[in-house]
Amino acid sequence: MFRARPDARPATIPVIVEGAEILVPEGASAAAAVLLAGLDAIRETPVTGSPRLPLCQMGVCFDCLATIDGVPNRQACMVPVAPGMRIARQHGARESGA
Amino acid sequence: MNPRRSDAIVIGGGLVGAAIALGLRDHGLDTVLLDEGDIAHRASRGNFGLVWVQSKGLGAPWYQRWTRGSAGEWPALAADLATRTGLDLALQQPGGVHLCLSEEEFEDRAGRMARMQAEAGNHGFDYRMIRAPELRDMLPGLGPSVVGASFTPYDGHASPLALLQALHRAFVAQGGAYVPEAKVTAATAAPHDFGVETPAGAFAAPRIVLAAGLGNAELAPRFGLAAPVRPQRGQVLVTERARPVLPMPTTTVRQTGEGTIMLGDSMEEVGFDIRQSPPVMAEIARRAALSFPWVGDLSIVRAWSALRVMAPDGLPIYDQSERFPGAFTANCHSGVTLAGAHARMLAPMIAAGALDPMLDPFTARRFDVPRAA
Repeated sequence: MFRARPDARPATIPVIVEGAEILVPEGASAAAAVLLAGLDAIRETPVTGSPRLPLCQMGVCFDCLATIDGVPNRQACMVPVAPGMRIARQHGARESGA
Repeated sequence: MNPRRSDAIVIGGGLVGAAIALGLRDHGLDTVLLDEGDIAHRASRGNFGLVWVQSKGLGAPWYQRWTRGSAGEWPALAADLATRTGLDLALQQPGGVHLCLSEEEFEDRAGRMARMQAEAGNHGFDYRMIRAPELRDMLPGLGPSVVGASFTPYDGHASPLALLQALHRAFVAQGGAYVPEAKVTAATAAPHDFGVETPAGAFAAPRIVLAAGLGNAELAPRFGLAAPVRPQRGQVLVTERARPVLPMPTTTVRQTGEGTIMLGDSMEEVGFDIRQSPPVMAEIARRAALSFPWVGDLSIVRAWSALRVMAPDGLPIYDQSERFPGAFTANCHSGVTLAGAHARMLAPMIAAGALDPMLDPFTARRFDVPRAA
């Protein structure tokens, strides 16, 4: 069930967080990229507009919701990075497409 | 051990019991609300949240009137609870639609609505059968499979969890005694003299109201009453939050005040089985996506099942015991819709000691009548 923490890996994968390109390690999550990018928030909540950053990192708290490659409301902590991935801030609730 | 004496005991802390208890307290009765524990079936916590009128009471216009009366009480109930508790019940009553996905469904619906209007007589029953072209202007992103809908202006929706919390908070703030972990284990009944024992103590009062949902089936006979209710399973799916898009609820799809889309309205006769079943969940999702194809782009974030409290004919049961006056039953599967009636119409009757004749058709004695040959 438990695995040893991997050795620190070199940041080799380029992703775009809020328009700025940064390099992150292979296998990192989009949420890790958000934190490495040093943003002050990745979304504002739909109900109160309160700013949020990734918190639980394990798919439970939904505080890391972001627009990833154009798809809103993705749980950034559950999405592994891929080269060229675009991670963008989400303002309030997503559009529904209606 | 001396029991705690009060003016009234309400058994059942769900939407029905809490609404009645608050109404009794507001009429000045020292009221004890006995709730079960977290193992209770809790239909009130699985509710879909419609304040729904249009499909209630075909062949039973008294149920249509009672339901419409409750929907009419809802704005005052929501405003009163908001003032007393600060909780927003997210009540919206813009009218509602029942979508029809085939000509057969549309014709069947049109026939039912026409019969409801005929049965309503002088009380009236406003409805419209609306064809798809006009409906597309009312509901964004309507699917091509929708051929039309029935609309009535009486329908709406609210947050069932906020309602339950607000009823409890208002009851306690008004001086009501809420007692959890108090499943009734023994009971004594005499006219206007009732006693119950629970793990949380013994209680006695000249009035007792059985509002224990499915638990009423077992409780009622101890008080000279009958509540032949059975569980009927309903399943609900909930999507992620989206910006407000649906201007009114449908029978099976509604957007909550927080933005999630709730999908539901399945009915299964499976006893006390509260598991979920993928085929039913898939059918709920399929019909929702036929109704509003854009729902298919939203992720499902929660799903659950719950048990409706169903009488043999699907109507509520209200009675006062003939053998033990002072004992009342209240049973229904529409704890949200009927909350207005329960708090503001039924509770005053119970406080006064007699059910209004308008509730006579809801007696469980209707099930004793032998079928005509």
